[in-house]
Amino acid sequence: MSGFLLQRLVQAAIVVFAMSVIVFVGVYAIGNPIDVMIDPGASAEIREGLIRRYGFDQPLWRQYLMFVSNVFRGDLGTSMIYNIPVTSLVFSRLPATIDLVLVSVFIATVIGIPAGLYAGYRPDSLGARAIMALSVLGFSVPTFWIGMLLIMGFAVQLGWLPSGGRGDVGTLFGIRTSLATADGWSHVIMPALNLSLFKMGLMIRLTRAGMVEAMSTDYVRFARAQGLPDRQIVFGHVLRNISIPIVTVFGLELGSTLAFAVVTESVFNWPGVGKLIIDSIQQLDRPVMVSYLVLVVFLFVLINLVVDLVYARLDPRVRLRSGRA
Amino acid sequence: MSGAVHDVATTTGGTLAVPSAAPRETRGERLRNFWSDYRQSPVAVVSLIVIVVLLFISFGAALVTPQDPYDLASLDWLDAFLRPGTEGSGGYVHWLGTDNAGRDMVSAIFYGLRTSFVIGLSAGALALTIGVSIGLTAAYFRGPLEAVLMRIVDLQLSMPAILLALVVVAVLGQGVGQIVAALVIAQYAYFARTTHGAATVERGKDYIEAARSTPLPTWRVLFRHLLPNVMTPLIVVATVQVASAIALEATLSFLGVGLPLTEPSLGTLISNGFKYIHTDRYWLSIYPGLFLMATVVAINLVGDQVRTVLDPRQSR
Repeated sequence: MSGFLLQRLVQAAIVVFAMSVIVFVGVYAIGNPIDVMIDPGASAEIREGLIRRYGFDQPLWRQYLMFVSNVFRGDLGTSMIYNIPVTSLVFSRLPATIDLVLVSVFIATVIGIPAGLYAGYRPDSLGARAIMALSVLGFSVPTFWIGMLLIMGFAVQLGWLPSGGRGDVGTLFGIRTSLATADGWSHVIMPALNLSLFKMGLMIRLTRAGMVEAMSTDYVRFARAQGLPDRQIVFGHVLRNISIPIVTVFGLELGSTLAFAVVTESVFNWPGVGKLIIDSIQQLDRPVMVSYLVLVVFLFVLINLVVDLVYARLDPRVRLRSGRA
Repeated sequence: MSGAVHDVATTTGGTLAVPSAAPRETRGERLRNFWSDYRQSPVAVVSLIVIVVLLFISFGAALVTPQDPYDLASLDWLDAFLRPGTEGSGGYVHWLGTDNAGRDMVSAIFYGLRTSFVIGLSAGALALTIGVSIGLTAAYFRGPLEAVLMRIVDLQLSMPAILLALVVVAVLGQGVGQIVAALVIAQYAYFARTTHGAATVERGKDYIEAARSTPLPTWRVLFRHLLPNVMTPLIVVATVQVASAIALEATLSFLGVGLPLTEPSLGTLISNGFKYIHTDRYWLSIYPGLFLMATVVAINLVGDQVRTVLDPRQSR
C-alpha cells in the first residue's frame, strides 16, 4: 500500500509540475504583457521601470523559479488590472462561486434522484421516457444557451427574477453569503438551476441505471415475496444499495462544477472565480490566468489522488493492477 | 460468431487471406442491414435528415442565401434591427430579421453554421487521428510506453473539456487554429481511451499473432489489421465528439475567448445577440441558438441510434 501511495504521489507531483511549466511558459512567452498594461505613449523610462518591477527582463526560467518560490510563500503575484494580490482577488470571488455550486448541487440532487428512481421503477412509462429525454437535453444542449433562454423567459418576459448579478449579501453563521437574504436567493436560483442541469442529467441516469439493475436482483424479489410494499423496498433497500456509486460519481463531479461555473457565471454576470478567469483571459491579466489555471489543475489532481487511494483501500484489485503497470 | 466477423474484416482489409468457414457478407449487404436496423427509429431518421439539410444549407450557403454576410459593401446601416419578415433595402424579405449591422440573419446563420461545422469536423478528424494512433500504439507495444500514455489520457479524461480548452486558449491565444487545437487537446483522449480498450482485446487474438509472424511492417499490422477491427466503437465516439466539439466551440466563442468577430460561428452570433437580450430584439440570439441546438441534438440522436444498431447490448 505504501508503495502504491508513493507511486501515486510522485505521479501527481509530476503532473502539477508539468502543468505549471506549460501554463507559465505558454502564458508568459506569447505576446508582451507590458504592451497591454501601459499607454503606448508612455516614456521609455516608465516602460523599463515596469518591466523591471514585474521581472520581465529576467530569463524565463528565472521568472518561473521566482513564481514557484513565491507560490510556496503564498504569493501568487499581483493582478495587472486590479493591482491587488491574486490571492486576495481569488478569495474575494470564491464565496460567490461556492454559493452557486452548493445551490446547484442541491437542486440536482432533490430533482435528479426522485426522477431517476421513478424512471427506473417504471422504465416504460410515458413519464420515464419524458424524464430520459430531458436528461439527454441536459447533456447535449450547451449550458450558455439554456441560461440565455432562462433569462429571456423569467427575467425579460415575465420579470419574475433578476437577470444577473449577485444581489444582497447577508451574513449566515459568520459567513457572508447570498443565501442569507431573500434578494440573494432570487439572484442565485436561476444561475444555480442552469449550472445544475448537466449534473441533474447525470444523476437521473445513474439513479435510473442502478434502480433498473436493483429491481431484478434477488433481494428485491425476496422482499416482494415477503409482501413488503414497494415504497419500503425502494427507499429502505434499493436506495441504500445504489447510493454508493452515485455519491462517488457526484463527488468527482464537484470539481467539474467549478469548471462549468465559468460558463454560467459569464451568462448571469455572477461575480465568482469563473467570471474572473474569463475576464483575465480577455484582458491578458497573466498572473490571474496562471494562478487560477494552476490552482484548478492542482485541485483536480488532488481529487483524483484521493479517489485512487480510496478505491485502492476498498478494492485490492486496483492496487495490484496498478502496481504492476 | 464474432470470430467470423473479424475474419471477414481482416480479409477485406489486409493482404492476409484467412480462410473462413462462415458465409461472407459483402460491404453492400452490411450497409443494407445496417440501414434496415437504423430506420427502426423514426426519431433517428428525422435527425439524419435534419443533419443532411443543415450540411447542405451551410456548405451551400453561397447558393441559398440572399446576401454574403462577410461582404461589408452589401450591408446597409438603414437595415439594422429589422424585425423578422420585413423587407429591407435589398428588395428581399429578411425572414429572420437583421442584426445590429443590417446583416440578414438567415445569411449570417447559414454562414455561421458552416464555420461551426468546419471547425467541429476538422477538430473531430484530427482528434480521431491522434487519439487512435495513441490508443493503438499503447495497446500494441504495451510496457512502460502504454503505462505513460494511458496515464496521461486518464488524467485528461478526469478534467472537464472546457477547462482544458481554457488552458489552451490562455496559452495559445484566440483564433481559428488555436480553437481547433484547443478542441483537439480537449477531445483526443476519448478516442485514445476507446481505441485502447478495444485494441487490447483484439491484440490477444490469433489473427494479430498471425500477422505479426509475417514480415509485414508494424504500421501495416496496426492500421490494416488492428484498426478495422476496433472501428465499431470509434464510429459512435466520433459522432458524439463532433457534436460536443461544435457545442464547445460555440461556448468558447460565446464567452468571448473563441473565434474573432471576423470569422463568426453560431456561438459568435449568439454572443452578439446576447448584448440585446434586454430589448425586444430576441431574433438576434434566439434563431442562431435554435440552429445550434438542432445541430447538436440531431448529431447526438444519430449517434445514439448508431450505438444501438452496432452494439445492441449497450442500448438497454
